[in-house]
Amino acid sequence: MRTVSNEIESIKDPGPAPHVLRAADVNPRSEKRAEQQVAILFALSGVGSLLLIYSYVFIANDVFIFIPVMGNQHAQQLGLGIGMAMSLFFLGMAAIHWAKTLMSETEVVNHRHEFRSSDEDREDFIKTVKEGVAGVQLGRRKLIKRSMAASIGLFALPPVLLLRDLGPLPKKQLETTNWKSGTRLVTDPGDRPILASDLEVGSVVQVLPAIAESGEKGEHPERLLSDIAKDPVLLIRLRPEDFNLTPEKLAMTHEGIIAFSKICSHMGCAVALYEQTTKHLLCPCHQSTFDVTRGAKVIFGPAARPLPQLDITIDAEGYLIARAPFSESVGPSYWERNSQ
Amino acid sequence: MTTAEKRVGAIANFVDERTGAAGWVKKSLNKVFPDHWSFMLGEVCMYSFIILLLSGTFLTLWFDPSQREVIYDGVYEPLQGLKMSAAYASTLDISFEIRGGLLMRQIHHWSANIFMAAIVAHLLRVFFTGAFRKPREFNWILGIILVTLGLVEGLFGYSLPDDLLSGTGLRITSAIIQAIPLVGTYITFFLFGGAFPGVGFIPRIFTLHVLLIPGIFLAVITIHVMLVWYQKHTQFAGPGKTEKNVVGHPILPVYMAKAGGFFFIVFGVTAFLSAVASINPIWLYGPYTPGQISAGSQPDWYMGWLDGLVRMAPPWETHAFGHTVSWNILIPALIVPGILFTGMALYPFIESWITGDKREHHLLDRPRNVPNRTALGVMSITFVMISLINGGNDILATAFDLSINQIMWFSRISIFVLPPLAFVITKRLCLSLQRADRELVLHGKETGRLVRMPSGEFVEVHEPISEQKRFILTSHEQPTPLVLEDIDSRGVRRAGTLKNKLRVRLSKAHAVAIPKVTAQELKEIEHH
Amino acid sequence: MKRLSRYRRHKGAAPLLLIIALLGIGTTFNIASATIKLAPNTFARSAAIEEGKQIFLKGCSSCHGLNAEGSAIAPSLIGVGAASVDFQVGTGRMPMADMSTQAVRKAPVYTPEQTAALAAYVESLAPGPMIPTEGQLNYERDGSTAEGGELFRNNCAMCHNFAGQGGALTQGKYAPTLMGVEPKYIYEALITGPQAMPVFSDKTITPAEKLSLIKWIKAAEAEPNLGGATMGRIGPVTEGLLAWILGMGLLIAVAVWLTTKAR
Repeated sequence: MRTVSNEIESIKDPGPAPHVLRAADVNPRSEKRAEQQVAILFALSGVGSLLLIYSYVFIANDVFIFIPVMGNQHAQQLGLGIGMAMSLFFLGMAAIHWAKTLMSETEVVNHRHEFRSSDEDREDFIKTVKEGVAGVQLGRRKLIKRSMAASIGLFALPPVLLLRDLGPLPKKQLETTNWKSGTRLVTDPGDRPILASDLEVGSVVQVLPAIAESGEKGEHPERLLSDIAKDPVLLIRLRPEDFNLTPEKLAMTHEGIIAFSKICSHMGCAVALYEQTTKHLLCPCHQSTFDVTRGAKVIFGPAARPLPQLDITIDAEGYLIARAPFSESVGPSYWERNSQ
Repeated sequence: MTTAEKRVGAIANFVDERTGAAGWVKKSLNKVFPDHWSFMLGEVCMYSFIILLLSGTFLTLWFDPSQREVIYDGVYEPLQGLKMSAAYASTLDISFEIRGGLLMRQIHHWSANIFMAAIVAHLLRVFFTGAFRKPREFNWILGIILVTLGLVEGLFGYSLPDDLLSGTGLRITSAIIQAIPLVGTYITFFLFGGAFPGVGFIPRIFTLHVLLIPGIFLAVITIHVMLVWYQKHTQFAGPGKTEKNVVGHPILPVYMAKAGGFFFIVFGVTAFLSAVASINPIWLYGPYTPGQISAGSQPDWYMGWLDGLVRMAPPWETHAFGHTVSWNILIPALIVPGILFTGMALYPFIESWITGDKREHHLLDRPRNVPNRTALGVMSITFVMISLINGGNDILATAFDLSINQIMWFSRISIFVLPPLAFVITKRLCLSLQRADRELVLHGKETGRLVRMPSGEFVEVHEPISEQKRFILTSHEQPTPLVLEDIDSRGVRRAGTLKNKLRVRLSKAHAVAIPKVTAQELKEIEHH
Repeated sequence: MKRLSRYRRHKGAAPLLLIIALLGIGTTFNIASATIKLAPNTFARSAAIEEGKQIFLKGCSSCHGLNAEGSAIAPSLIGVGAASVDFQVGTGRMPMADMSTQAVRKAPVYTPEQTAALAAYVESLAPGPMIPTEGQLNYERDGSTAEGGELFRNNCAMCHNFAGQGGALTQGKYAPTLMGVEPKYIYEALITGPQAMPVFSDKTITPAEKLSLIKWIKAAEAEPNLGGATMGRIGPVTEGLLAWILGMGLLIAVAVWLTTKAR
């Protein structure tokens, strides 16, 4: 390897190869054949259009046909699609084949010119701009210059301000969930309260906070999607001896039942893949893996924090309830989150 | 004159008397376009864009961009009676109750996938052949703007139906925005109209998806194509082709017929795919609710590499002074892509800074003749491919009996190891190809015919290559390394010597080449 | 049996056949009915338990221990119930051919009668989930597809994919496809939680809800391909591949044809 210089004699340009005539240019039979081929392609396109019309008008919505490899197909959709594809594709083929075989195809040479304007034009341009700028007298009029700068700066604010009402301020929404002290855990879907004995060892159930019957949320005591985006909790029952928790975290469990936020601490997907054998929770979005026995400690993947644990116990009737709200924000991180 | 000719003449006269168009239209019709299959990739992009406009308009006739909750009562039984957004319900109606609706949805989605694929292919063609060099840097930057817009437009598009998969994508999008320090939380609340998933996101991205972004697209594409028109297309080197000319077919009739026909081909191929292959079967995904998720949740392919980067990110977060910075989101989702796209946009200027070449270029490079650039391109492709593979690691794991943990570790290591390796290998390969070219010009091509010499030795007969071919293989310019004097012409020591040292080193690396055959050498060999 | 017959060329088939043959020599009892649980008299029942114990000692005890108490390599079977045995043995997952990976579905080693005997034996050790009867499995009558879909997306889709095609778990484990799985086995898997799968208790997902789930899975299985070939129903990965290979492939082929000179 070495570097080279261009100060060598290059091989000379032999000039373009001589123009070769096509079969259709010299042979009338080839020409005729090409013409026929183009006509056939146009006809095929017509067939496609007819197939489309036929499928639209005559094939009912509930007819299915079996096509090998593809399985049971919706006949109308397939007819419309194949018809449309044929009608378009062969139209294109016909035009191109026509152009390639029959249209005059001598190559032409265009010349290029440098894009740079002539020196005179450039000088003229500079002169014009200079004169124009001088006419504004910005250099001399300091007061105008400063007040203009200030007003343009202010002018930029209203458009941003006008977008303010796009949504409410975050306030405490990311810090809080609908779990309160004493909120019952209910199944989702089904909204049934759960007894500790309902869960066998190795079982898992997705729960939501019960909606207060008095209709806390106004007339329609229904869950909003934004509630479901932070409230879901996963209940998992293990043998109590499987836990490897700090005393505080152990106190938050109830008879081997442990509750974690189902919303991933990485990007908010539903962490729901529970492996009974390894007691790991896996998030299907980015494969963060959490060890349930160690308080949902992250053991693999991009998540940086364990899933928040919900403190649970039972009420007088034996149903599972939250003893306290989540002690930290659930879901993905954000600037204002205090993660200490 | 026939009647038809008279009529055309009359219309032309009418228009010209009012606009004086004949002059520049004549000039435009004389423009010449060179033939090469790779020059059609840009047309695939433009035609796909037109197909997207047509099929998209069809869909808006029925689509209801609203997050209002409705109870589905349409014909698709497995979802009857479920609560869902009006957006999702109307997408189901388009799919099942409008004849040809599903076909149009699939055309729209396949077309988007092909649009992005063609943009990437076109971008790679322009990069590897050096078509971005002066005077085409503007168009290169416009192209980068288009590919970036395409990513956003695609994301918005597949998010509109509000199904479980796209909702998961939006959840991740919101988490990325939320991770931006200082303003992230506020931006998410404003964009979504409240806490995720909010009430306003679907109607808002609908407006952006069907009005604002296509409008910008249309404007940028127009400038992009007009610049190609004005600057005339580049061409590959060959006999009779120079930096000062362009050889090809004029607009009328051949190019017009071919390009027009090709539009129908692109549309036809898209329709064919949409007829035989299902895409985004939203009725199987179900309506979006944040508590649900499916295994193997992937974005469309052009976002897949970003998802793959996020998956392989290390679990880093900084907690300090009551604030949190999520490096595990910021680095893979914003910082790395930001650097990549900025670097891509600036590349024409970086290369010309390294080579010191400020001239216009209209003849394209063969990738092997610019080993450094080609190697850099392959290195970038390798980077994106590893990310893309990791973005589908769960699918790969089930398809090939692998473990997602293995694939993740493979990606985490190889994202650092393989791209530089790809660079070195590609550069070597380019030089080997240059050497092969040199052999070919000097000794001709191997014929496979063995001849026994009187001395008893066997030799293979080599056939000289044609004059034209010989010229094609030797007409390229070979780069020379930049020489920078420490003292400039005025006798002043140059500032920023370190920068200059770097520049000289880069330029030297860029100029590595196998010397091409000279006329002198050829003459010598012919005399033997 | 037809469904099982497609496993006959499986690489594990030959060793399994050998095991079956050996067991056939050793087995002297024959149980007439697979639905032993329905109305067995005490005598038939204890005979079945005794036969099950013999099969267990020959085929299972080397891993699960002589009294099914479990060992370092296999769990205890005391209290896992008849449903668990029926699922594991009936789907061929047990006995395991290869201990290094998770148990895979294959042609069952034991006949339905032998499986029933094994189930009876394990059930006799300690009570556990029972095998559902035909009457309990009338999902067509007792299930609701839409509710099943909702339950599926809440509880199953995260591992088994949105259309029940299966998906990846950690360290090479995976959730198998649900296509072609008999309703009985789906039900048993739900109540027993085989391998990595958690248990879905009857109190948290009621028997009626389980039937809805099965009904939805069966509907997904039978659903025609509404928009064309499905490419595995696994989402955008295969779609992207097809867009590049078939879409771009065809278009580039046409572009090459378009730009070559006609002869």
